[in-house]
Amino acid sequence: MSRLKSMKPTGVMLSSIAVCALSIVSIAAAPAGAASGYQKSHAGGTLTLDATAAGGTLDPQVNYTLQYWQLYQATYDGLVSFQKVGGVKSFVVVPDLAKSLPTVTNAGKTYTFTLRKGIKFSNGKAVTVADVLATFQRLFKVSNPNAGSWYNDIVGGPACVTTPASCTLKGGVVINAAKNTVTFHLIIPDAEFLDQLAVPFGSILPAGTPPKDQGDVPVPGTGAYYFASYNPNSALVMKRNKYFKVWSAAAQPLGYPNEIQMKFGLPVESEVTAVENGQANWVFDPIPADRLAEISGKYAAQVNVHTLTADWYLPMNMNIAPFNNLMARQAVNYAVNKNSAVTLYGGKQLGVPTCTILPPAFPGYQKSCAYNSKSSSTYAGPDLKKAKALVKASGTFGQKVAVVVTNDPVNQAVGAYVQGVLNAIGYKATLKPLSQNIQFNYIQNTNNKVQISVTQWFQDYPAASDFLKVLLSCANFHKATDNSINIAGMCVPSIDKMMAKAETEELTNPSGANKLWGQIDTLIMKTQAPWVPLFNPKLVDFIGKNVGNYTFSLEFYMYVDQLWVK
Amino acid sequence: MGEIGEFLVVGDGLEQEATTSLTAGGSESPWRSSLRQLRRNRPAMFALGVLLFMVLVSLCAPIYAHHFAHDDPFTSNLQGRINIGGKFRSVMQANPSGLGVVPISPTWSFSHYFLGADELGRDVFARLLYGGRVSLLIGFSSAMICVFVAAVMGMVAGYFGGVVDWLMSRLFDIIWAFPIYLLAISLSVILLTSGLNLGFVHIGAGSLLLPILIIASVYVPYVARPIRGIVFSLKEREFIQAAVASGASDWHILRKEILPNVAPSVIVFFPLMVAFSLLTESALSFLSIGVQPPQSSWGTIIQDGLQLLYTRPWVAIAPGLCIVITAGALNILGDGARDAFDPKAKLRGSI
Repeated sequence: MSRLKSMKPTGVMLSSIAVCALSIVSIAAAPAGAASGYQKSHAGGTLTLDATAAGGTLDPQVNYTLQYWQLYQATYDGLVSFQKVGGVKSFVVVPDLAKSLPTVTNAGKTYTFTLRKGIKFSNGKAVTVADVLATFQRLFKVSNPNAGSWYNDIVGGPACVTTPASCTLKGGVVINAAKNTVTFHLIIPDAEFLDQLAVPFGSILPAGTPPKDQGDVPVPGTGAYYFASYNPNSALVMKRNKYFKVWSAAAQPLGYPNEIQMKFGLPVESEVTAVENGQANWVFDPIPADRLAEISGKYAAQVNVHTLTADWYLPMNMNIAPFNNLMARQAVNYAVNKNSAVTLYGGKQLGVPTCTILPPAFPGYQKSCAYNSKSSSTYAGPDLKKAKALVKASGTFGQKVAVVVTNDPVNQAVGAYVQGVLNAIGYKATLKPLSQNIQFNYIQNTNNKVQISVTQWFQDYPAASDFLKVLLSCANFHKATDNSINIAGMCVPSIDKMMAKAETEELTNPSGANKLWGQIDTLIMKTQAPWVPLFNPKLVDFIGKNVGNYTFSLEFYMYVDQLWVK
Repeated sequence: MGEIGEFLVVGDGLEQEATTSLTAGGSESPWRSSLRQLRRNRPAMFALGVLLFMVLVSLCAPIYAHHFAHDDPFTSNLQGRINIGGKFRSVMQANPSGLGVVPISPTWSFSHYFLGADELGRDVFARLLYGGRVSLLIGFSSAMICVFVAAVMGMVAGYFGGVVDWLMSRLFDIIWAFPIYLLAISLSVILLTSGLNLGFVHIGAGSLLLPILIIASVYVPYVARPIRGIVFSLKEREFIQAAVASGASDWHILRKEILPNVAPSVIVFFPLMVAFSLLTESALSFLSIGVQPPQSSWGTIIQDGLQLLYTRPWVAIAPGLCIVITAGALNILGDGARDAFDPKAKLRGSI
């Protein structure tokens, strides 16, 4: 998932059964805590959020931006959802519109949910199992970005991907109105299926919702709030859903503000000033580097910093010169100073240098550093001497290299730095800045012959495959298309086999599978070096002086509806 | 900046004055007289001095970088440390009490980081000097190409008339139909992605030739049209008719009769076109579609400085001042040139 608008259009999402198993165990134990402690005295008021621009369509089955996924937490529910608490427990999947987590039978291929009764959409209509079936049919009909990669494991899914308009999911999603149950039949076991149901794409919508992208028209949901109006040029307004009653505070707690507004149009500098002056309560966009010192000094109490499970990295095209040469890729890995990249991002407080593909604290993460100035699993610094020697040995010395970056200040600065490094080790490097709107798709298309680029990846949900399989498997490398998320173009059958083994092992031996994922990560970096992993970024949330109860989810970041403005 | 159309309201006085001067019959040639008049124009001479100073200082960029500052302004220096008064300081300084990293502030010492560092830890003053070389090079080159091409096209269209004039005028109309900046931005976006490939001519995406040619081409109609008008008017004059009657060739008439009468207008246009080219280059570079990194121009440095406006405002202010001073000097010089070479012209500069 991108913080902005990049799509992740391909790739079969395979699972981390460990997380699912953990989820089931946790929920069976008790989803306590989240339900308690609602403080009525803080209810009320209007929360004002500032963003430079709108996040595109408001349709929860189409939109793939963090900007709106954050808001959807308060407006929509799936059969299951990620627990609405802070910290690592926010990765835990809990029952939401379903009474409990599903009964899994048929060797992991059948999931049966029982729907809660008495829940209504914001338009007053009761939620029924027919809505659930219609929702999953619609998911294919609206060409959901991940329909072909996540949900095509459902029986009937492949046919729906081929001919969305006539999608029925017959035999895949079976409803029983009398028992109020919904049964999913999968083609193959998928340990990440619950994760995929818990993200906003799995939001249950009214059966009558038109089977096309609703764009600016709000779709009714079941959350504590509903979207009252949306004008992408000015504001998005959320108001309390009068039909909402808490059925599980862990899944959908009661919110605090009476109204939530996200206003669009201010430049980010002005957004920061608005929060400083008490004219707004939160800045969505990344805080400009030259305001960080100011806000962290004068407004320190209003600043919240969190490590994200995300990577900034430099994918190198393994199929064209000079990076079709392993030594050339290793040379760049040795040459780039990750500390310098961190400096450009905002310093040590905002980024941690990394040598691995999986972020720290992620399932499967194993600490290692294959390209280092000294033998250590912790990054120590670059080794320019070794890098220069490798470039010469590779026979790629003097070749032309273009670094493709987005034209925003931080990315462009990182690109300019990388350009300098490439020049220093013997290449003739140029910088190619492109608009944010096109760069992410441009670097995926093999026709554009992109050699090296600067990009980022934010997790969709906590599973090692969400990085390793999605970004570096043969299945996700497609020539001549904008939707080839394996940007490096790495396709090593032996490593694909190891990934398949890890997936299989997830079903029976989660910890063993995670260990294997970690080994795959280390092996890829050591033997393939398809990327230069730069750093794991941190997020700076700058909130208003009068705002309280800040809660940060590792899955969907700050819960806007849990903020106090009163 | 004012509308370019504002200064391109060229009157009939140009050729009248030139002709008058040429036939004045005094002991001094009209060119010498005009130059003497220009020399007497103190504001214009002061502007010329300022302009020469900017050019000379910019040309000294390598001397400053290598012999005074001892750094490479095109390479990042994010982990660098410098010795200031016996104390070592990091070029990129972490905020001790909070978040963020800021480049070192101006030291006001020519030995290192006189104007501080930019977001990549590079010496802003050294980049400013190198940026001046690039900005002035593009400004002068674009103006020269533009004025030369415009003069040729304007003279040919005006002299031959008929189909030739119609074709050229329509070409000017097409270019004129687009706002200058929109056209320049569009061309830059397209050409900066893949470079210019026209048969055997290949210009790389990062080449300075691209902004030079783009800027020159978008301004051609604005200079060519007035020149065409002047030539149209000249064609009816007796001395041209006499040359035609005497059997002089077109080439001879264009070179010996038309060109000397068009030259004062061209001279007046030139400094103003330099200023406009300079400003256009800065605007394009500010938008990342002009000069490409790691090369610097005043526009790219302003863009670098935009992100440091709160903490290191000099990074943006310094190149901005350079642009204002240079463009102002060119404007005043252009006014002086007009007064000296074409005093009756309605042409009025506005930048």
